[in-house]
Amino acid sequence: MELTVTDLAVARGGVPVLEGVSFTVMAGEALVLRGPNGCGKTTLLRTVAGLQPALAGQIGLEREAMAYAGHSDGIKAVLSVRENLQFWADVFATGSIEPALEAFDLNGLKDRPAGSLSAGQKRRLGLARMVVTGRPVWVLDEPTVSLDVSAVEMFAGAVRTHLRGGGLALMATHIDLGLDEARVLDVRPFKAKAPALDDFDGAFL
Amino acid sequence: MIALLTRDLRLAVRAGGGFGLGLAFFLIVVVLVPFGVGPQSALLAKIASGILWLGSLLACLLSLDRIFALDWEDGSLDLLATAPVPLEAAVSIKALAHWLTTGLPLVVAAPVFGMLLNLPGPGYGPVVLSLLLGTPALSVIGTFGAALTVGIKRGGLLLSLLVLPLYVPTLIFGAEVARRGADQMDYSTPMLLLAGISCGAIALLPFASAAVLRVNLR
Repeated sequence: MELTVTDLAVARGGVPVLEGVSFTVMAGEALVLRGPNGCGKTTLLRTVAGLQPALAGQIGLEREAMAYAGHSDGIKAVLSVRENLQFWADVFATGSIEPALEAFDLNGLKDRPAGSLSAGQKRRLGLARMVVTGRPVWVLDEPTVSLDVSAVEMFAGAVRTHLRGGGLALMATHIDLGLDEARVLDVRPFKAKAPALDDFDGAFL
Repeated sequence: MIALLTRDLRLAVRAGGGFGLGLAFFLIVVVLVPFGVGPQSALLAKIASGILWLGSLLACLLSLDRIFALDWEDGSLDLLATAPVPLEAAVSIKALAHWLTTGLPLVVAAPVFGMLLNLPGPGYGPVVLSLLLGTPALSVIGTFGAALTVGIKRGGLLLSLLVLPLYVPTLIFGAEVARRGADQMDYSTPMLLLAGISCGAIALLPFASAAVLRVNLR
C-alpha cells in the first residue's frame, strides 16, 4: 500500500491555491504538511480525502482507503461517548470500539454525554474515531488542536500503532509529534501562480 | 445504514432534538383556525380537510432545516461523505428518519385534529390515507431543499421559499383526496396521482440531493 499523488492542483472557492503537488507516502510512513495559514493545507487534505475534486493531477488511491478528520470532530452532544464511537464503528462496519477507547484513554468517560466533555476530551473522541474506521490511510487536519502534552503523546502512540499495522498517515500539523517515521513536506513551493478564473460558473458548481 | 437511522431517531427524541415540535405546531394551527373562522361549524367542516393538509405541510417544513444543518455544523456531514455509505443512501435514510419523526406522527394525529375542525364522518379515512401517501413526498422533497441550503447560515427562510413551491403538486392532490373523501365522492384518481408523486420523489430525488450535497461540501 502506498499513496502516490502526482501533479495535484487544488482550488478553494474557485481560486487555485496549490499546483504541481507530488509526493509518495509508503506503508508505515507519515507525511507531515507544513506551511503558513491559508496556504492550502486543508484544501489539499480535503481533496486527497475525496471531499472535493482536484483541478488537475492524480491521487493514487481510491477514496475508500481514506479516513478523514477535519477541524470539527462530528460529535453529537446528546449522545454518550460510547454511542458516538459505536455509531462510526457501525457505519464503517468494524465492530469493536474497545481498542479506540483504550488508545485515547476514554474508558472512564464512555458513559458521559459528549456535550459535557472538555475541548481536549472532545478532540480525543474525534481522533478515536480514526481508529474505529479501520482504514489504511489517515488524513488528519490539525489533529493536535486543544490537546495537552500527554494527549499529544497518546495521539502519537495511536499513529505509531497505525503505521506499524501497515497504515499510512498524511497530516497537517505545526507541532513535533516525535514520530521517527514522519517526513515533512513544506507546501509553500507549490503555491499556485496565476489565480486565473477561466470558468466563472465553476465557482458555483 | 441502520446505524444512521437509529442515530438520527435517537438524536430526535433526546433533548433539543425537535421530536414533537412539528406535532405541537400542527395542533396550534388547527386550534387557531376555528378562532379565525368564527363559530360556523358548517364552514369549518367544509374547509377541515384543506386545513389539515396545509397544517401538516407547514409542520413538516418547520423541521426541515435540522436534517442537514446540525450535521453540517458539527462536521459529521463531511465525515459521512467519506464513510462507506453512499451519499444517496445516507440522504434517503435521513429523509426516512425525518418522515418517522415528523410525517408519521402527523398521520397518526390527523383524526384527532380532524375532530377539532369538525371534519365530517366519512372524511377521516381519506384524510389519513392521503397524508400517509403524501407525507413521504414532503420529507423527500424537503430533504432536497435542505441539501440545497446546507452551509448557508440561517438558511431556514430560503429553504421555505425553495421548498413550498415544490410542495404544490403534493398539496393539490392530497387535499383533493381528502376533500372528495369528505364529500363522499370517488377519490381514486387523485389518490393514484398522489401515490405517483410520492413514488417518483422517493425514487429520483435522493440522487439530486446527494449531488447538491457533494457540491455544497466542497
